[in-house]
Amino acid sequence: MQLHTNRLWGNDLFIMSVPSNTTINHPYIPSTDFEREEMLRVIGVDSFDDLLTDIPLAHRYPRMDLTSGLSEQELASEIGSFAGENASPSSGYVSFLGAGAYRHYIPSVVRSILQRGEFVTGYTPYQPEAAQGTLQVGFEFQTIICQLTGMEVANAGMYDGPTAFAEACLMAARVTRRNKVALLSDVDNRLLDVLISYVKYQDIEVIKITPDTRVIPDDLACIGIQSPNFFGEIQDVERLTNLAHENGALSVVHVNPTSLGLFKPPGEFGVDIVTADGQPLGVPMAFGGPYVGLFACKKAQIRQMPGRIIGLTKDTQGRAGYALTLQTREQHIRRERATSNICTSTQLIALMVTAYVATLGKQGLKEVAELCYQKAHYAAAEIAKIEGYSVRTSGTFFHEFVVTCPTNPSAINAELLKQKIIGGLDISHRSHNGMLVCFTEINSKKDIDRFVELLSQYGEVH
Amino acid sequence: MDRSVTGRKAFSLPESDVPFQEMPDRAQMRDDLELPEVSQLEVIRYFSILSQRNFSIDTNFYPLGSCTMKYNPKINDELSNIPGLADLHPLQPQDTAQGAIRLLKELQDDLGEITGLPAVSLAPLAGAQGEYAGLLIARAYHEARNDTQRTVAIIPDSAHGTNPASATMAGLDVVTVGSDPNGNVDVSNLRELSDSRTAVFMLTIPSTLGLFEPNILEITEIIHNAGGLVYADGANLNALLGIVKLGDLGVDICHSNLHKTFSTPHGGGGPGSGPVMVSDVLAKFLPDPVAEKRDGRYILANPEQSIGSINGFHGSFSIAVRAYAYIKALGLEGLQSVSKNAIINANYVQTNLRDKYNLPVDRYCMHETVLSASRQKDRGIAGLDIAKRLLDFGIHAPTMYFPMIVDEALMIEPTESESKETLDHFIAVMKQIDDETVNNAELVSDAPHDLPVTRLDEASAARKPILRWSPVDLDDQ
Repeated sequence: MQLHTNRLWGNDLFIMSVPSNTTINHPYIPSTDFEREEMLRVIGVDSFDDLLTDIPLAHRYPRMDLTSGLSEQELASEIGSFAGENASPSSGYVSFLGAGAYRHYIPSVVRSILQRGEFVTGYTPYQPEAAQGTLQVGFEFQTIICQLTGMEVANAGMYDGPTAFAEACLMAARVTRRNKVALLSDVDNRLLDVLISYVKYQDIEVIKITPDTRVIPDDLACIGIQSPNFFGEIQDVERLTNLAHENGALSVVHVNPTSLGLFKPPGEFGVDIVTADGQPLGVPMAFGGPYVGLFACKKAQIRQMPGRIIGLTKDTQGRAGYALTLQTREQHIRRERATSNICTSTQLIALMVTAYVATLGKQGLKEVAELCYQKAHYAAAEIAKIEGYSVRTSGTFFHEFVVTCPTNPSAINAELLKQKIIGGLDISHRSHNGMLVCFTEINSKKDIDRFVELLSQYGEVH
Repeated sequence: MDRSVTGRKAFSLPESDVPFQEMPDRAQMRDDLELPEVSQLEVIRYFSILSQRNFSIDTNFYPLGSCTMKYNPKINDELSNIPGLADLHPLQPQDTAQGAIRLLKELQDDLGEITGLPAVSLAPLAGAQGEYAGLLIARAYHEARNDTQRTVAIIPDSAHGTNPASATMAGLDVVTVGSDPNGNVDVSNLRELSDSRTAVFMLTIPSTLGLFEPNILEITEIIHNAGGLVYADGANLNALLGIVKLGDLGVDICHSNLHKTFSTPHGGGGPGSGPVMVSDVLAKFLPDPVAEKRDGRYILANPEQSIGSINGFHGSFSIAVRAYAYIKALGLEGLQSVSKNAIINANYVQTNLRDKYNLPVDRYCMHETVLSASRQKDRGIAGLDIAKRLLDFGIHAPTMYFPMIVDEALMIEPTESESKETLDHFIAVMKQIDDETVNNAELVSDAPHDLPVTRLDEASAARKPILRWSPVDLDDQ
């Protein structure tokens, strides 16, 4: 390695002499003035601007209102101050929010694996020989998703839960060649909103049906089910799936993956497509993303599946190896006739999920699900005892349930916040004075008891 | 999973501290869950060894055109994971997340300033979603004016595959405009194709040939005169920072891939982030949500005629933190230096390789150059073989066979992150490989030789797909 006196490298770590006519470089950009001039000379131009002749002169080097560059120390301080303006568990707040994003303990093993630059800074594995690590992780991920959901095949990951669900409904329309999708009325509105954005120009009609429906139109592409539903209740997926199949429709089920540590997987009920948000499986809530969408279906319909798929194959010497496969479904080959425009598998988050499930393992995932179940049911039993409050969710629930409060939940939440408690989600637009509260293994009995005690106090005031 | 031993575990959970609650009916519970049973060390070792079977920016040079494989600063990953950011719930009261929303607002402002398109939503989760959002905005704009017959997206033949795929999702008919011999949009063809049905013209700028469109002002005028909007695919924004603003050129909508220009890690294939930037006129159509400052308070608001939600929450927040950190670390001068160095590096490589590899369009390039392996193909060695041979030298392959308008395309983007020594090494290797195509062709056609696997049988992988682990399939191998 040639030494450069104005660059920090190896033995000249302590040689700090910078020629006076040289610009000090930015740490992210190695070229020095001298090297830039040398390269421009080789290129054969007198100045850098000679490379820009295609750009209209009047618009070159516009005025930009941006600050000057910060040192790493200043940057850390600035972003640290942003973080300091937020209320979170790390600043002493206790939270009972769920509704699509769930706080679970993330093992150090997962965080450690996520530090590996070979995973973090690799590219999409289009050159499989140079990406066997990423590909094998993806293959493990697909396997894990199949095991969890009880389905035959899974893709390597979608953007998030709601987009995976929307893509599943689009896939159902392709498979059945029908253009009407029915969503159960108790799904999360975010599933509905994203679906509407996705089908806006696809000539697909979205209708709502109630969960207890016994009759459905005979021209449905699918019934879209969320289980547990938005209010935390486990659905009768088997009955609804049979109802769909009797009418030539598919059954699309959006699940909470943690619940599958405990409950029968959709695959056992003959469900056609299963989607989920992978966030509860080891992914930080991070104010909403990035997460990863899980997507699994039956093998017979794999050629209609969106997204990347990783397959096991052999190299020229007969050794096992992994590669992206069935790529003729995808946009980079089929362009406007692709199954989707998606061009990612959200691989790094899929790695988090894979590492999390591998770390928790067979027993751990079951235990997490049991702890969530125990804590939520304990909380429900305690809240039900408070005068003025009732638990609205009936049947079996997981992670969360609806509390009918004596007054507007936001008013109660405002009081709770003063005690450093972030209460449940105000869903009074969907359920009168309803608060959707969530409990995971993170929430201690002490915190739950304090929450119940404060609810009781604020209930009396009104 | 084949390493599992019954009873082994890698993690222990606390005992339940609440009185026992009756579990649900057995009929609702699952019987078995086949997941790994391994020790903690085995998990760490398994993933660590897998990671070593990867190329990555941290370990390898990636001259991968259109992907902008630049250095991903470590501080950005670290800051995105700090408490107070990583543990925020997306639905917590906005008053308790003022720092987070402020960060989003400032990133929006910076992206607006950089592109000259001041209204920004950070919601799209990737470039393709940014495109889709942008096209929905174009449609919403025309519909709001009762100009509903505009259902055509004009797209150059050199465009990335997501462009036509996104246009189809947005219900637009794709009409392809050709390129002229100089690699520019065929302006007379564009003029013929633009009419009262034109909703939007999608232009990647600089183009996928790495060239700046010299007729850009004429092109935007043609589209605007026809009543259409101009969408710029910002995949190649790394060439333009502080050099030119897309908004100044007549562009109405663009997206930017934060995982390219703004250095957020590619992660082996995501997560990305694809903010969409528009002119003030189109601001009211942006996807939910947009961060705003009202009465000294930061809020996430839904624009009045928003195209709606395109994903679950507010976009890739922790990717936004990284991009924000990158912009702040570089500042105005640093960002301009990024583009200058990216352009110099690409031209330096182009100049040094043009004797050995065909240069289909003989012009100075921007941040990337597209060469052709057509001469080597005449000797029986395809561009793919050259790409695979590069892997033996620890250099990732260039982008291959894209854009499709170039025969045996090798699209090379060195980025500003690489030193002259690395570029000189790459140039020397490319020349050596060219020499091998003459003197030692098998060395190239059988490459790679020094990786964990040789070339894979992708045809049989697609014909008889094995997509999950099972003992039978492994024995079969």
